Amino acid sequence: MKTKFTTDTKLESEIAYFENINLKLESGDIIDSFKLAFKTYGKLNADKTNAILVCHALTGDQYVAGNNPITGREGWWSRMVGPNKPIDTNKFFVICSNVLGGCAGSTGPKELQNGSDVAYGGNFPSVTIKDMVKAQSLLIESLNIEKLFSVIGGSMGAMQALQWAIDFPDKILNIIHIAGALKHSAQNIAFHEVGRQAIMSDPIWKNGKYFENNEVPERGLSVARMIAHITYLSENAMHRKFGRKLQSRDIISFGFDADFQVESYLRYQGKSFVERFDANSYLYLTRAMDYFDHDETFRKNIEFSHNPNNHLKYLIVSFTSDWLFPTIESKMIVNQLNSLSREVSFLEIDTDKGHDSFLLEEPQLDDVIKGFLTNNFAKIDE
Amino acid sequence: MNKINSIRKDWSLIETLIAEDRKILDIGCGDGGLMEQLENNLNAITHGIELNRDLAANAIARGFNVVHGNAELDLSQYSNNSFDYVILSQTLQAMMKPKDILSELLRIGTKAIVSFPNFGHWKIRLQLLISGKMPVTESLPYTWYDTPNIHFFTIKDFLNLCNEMNIVIEKSIGLTSKGKQFDISESVTGVNFFTHEAIFLLSYKNFEPIKIKSSKKVFAKNSVIAN
Repeated sequence: MKTKFTTDTKLESEIAYFENINLKLESGDIIDSFKLAFKTYGKLNADKTNAILVCHALTGDQYVAGNNPITGREGWWSRMVGPNKPIDTNKFFVICSNVLGGCAGSTGPKELQNGSDVAYGGNFPSVTIKDMVKAQSLLIESLNIEKLFSVIGGSMGAMQALQWAIDFPDKILNIIHIAGALKHSAQNIAFHEVGRQAIMSDPIWKNGKYFENNEVPERGLSVARMIAHITYLSENAMHRKFGRKLQSRDIISFGFDADFQVESYLRYQGKSFVERFDANSYLYLTRAMDYFDHDETFRKNIEFSHNPNNHLKYLIVSFTSDWLFPTIESKMIVNQLNSLSREVSFLEIDTDKGHDSFLLEEPQLDDVIKGFLTNNFAKIDE
Repeated sequence: MNKINSIRKDWSLIETLIAEDRKILDIGCGDGGLMEQLENNLNAITHGIELNRDLAANAIARGFNVVHGNAELDLSQYSNNSFDYVILSQTLQAMMKPKDILSELLRIGTKAIVSFPNFGHWKIRLQLLISGKMPVTESLPYTWYDTPNIHFFTIKDFLNLCNEMNIVIEKSIGLTSKGKQFDISESVTGVNFFTHEAIFLLSYKNFEPIKIKSSKKVFAKNSVIAN
């Protein structure tokens, strides 16, 4: 396999090109060539034992830490990844790639179709979490890393981490799985469907061909984001943050302006999301999450794996106020691993910040991630 | 003996009951102190369960396989005989259903190690007799209205329960309140009086398969018919 690497100065990102590789997707479709945009932090050691893959969530990207040139803000997990941070880049070589189907430089609906000057749009093949992980594994291989020390992710990132444990256990030593599940629940699919309907019923969407007139289905995409954002918080957190406080006014308007702070906040979230995310990508990636389901098969996949997986260590973390991926879903993973006598650790962190807790200030999350990585790394280093 | 010393003593005695290179589940593992000791000294593979969130987080951060959970609800997830030893140190008296827990220990583990404070110790008996109030001692330091210990039992009670459940006591260690160590089974008289804390190594009875001889020679008869 020959992989071409370039640096995109505008995106401040490395790009790996996999040409004529005929990547077979779970759907049966084949992508003959694709590219992945990725960032790395820290240095790979001589024995190549300190590589960690961080998998981003639904609307994340490869900019884990440092500057994100798309938003002009800090990377989405810069409180977790960096020198002397819990995932310490003085010690570890951290890789994060934009997922297949994403919109931050990797092959996805907004990129040009192979050999043409038209973007994929709605012609992009359906991708799954398994496909994303397969693409990532090719990237890791082309970086000449035989074994990742750890694969870490929250939410959709947790799904990818779990998929790594199922598909490539021989290429990893442990996973840190935060706020995830064996399957995307009916309620979660329902919320995604509302978001997708919002996008698809925006007249500008035009079956995914909005780019032909250089337009963006802003209204649909921002409504989708507003709905999703509610599911990432919790009632308590919203109450603490906004209560019934009014926005820039002393009395209610008896109209439909954003009277309340919470409305104004959601509108802002929707608006700023449109500037950085592609509507078609949102459709494809939410679908990938919906299709994720290891409910029936996980135990068998771990027990009867083709690749040895006995050495794997699992750290599973959930949050008390996460109603999108509640603790019970994490415990199902833990139960199945324990019934197979696997090396699993589990912690439910007490917080009112909801599903988004993994991105926010949670000292206990920092402590367990740092300790888990440091101590397990010391064991292989002996 | 203060609380910490008493736990350390408990741990070092538990260690003497365990062979090297074994797989061990520590129920109520705290921040992993005993797990660390068994990994270092006996090259054990250890797993733990801890109810307290902060202690569980500490243990995980120290690199141990620890599940934050409740032993009374979460033991069912482990398969039969998936551990060589299951340890329940100083917590049986705090369990809602001690009998169920005991049978779970020996389902999950080939052997179980259980340690507990003896409610039959003379100091406790004397306190209750003289003051007429629920005893408060070094090993049971809580007032009746604010104690995690909800099932009080003596060594005699425990031995009776083991007998009823067909559990074999492979080894037993008693400690007096001064920390003097002795073998419980060898000093039967007064043992329930002087034992401050007890540690038991338990397993199930191995039943010999029973060979049943039939008096009716059915097969012989059949062979006659066949002829």
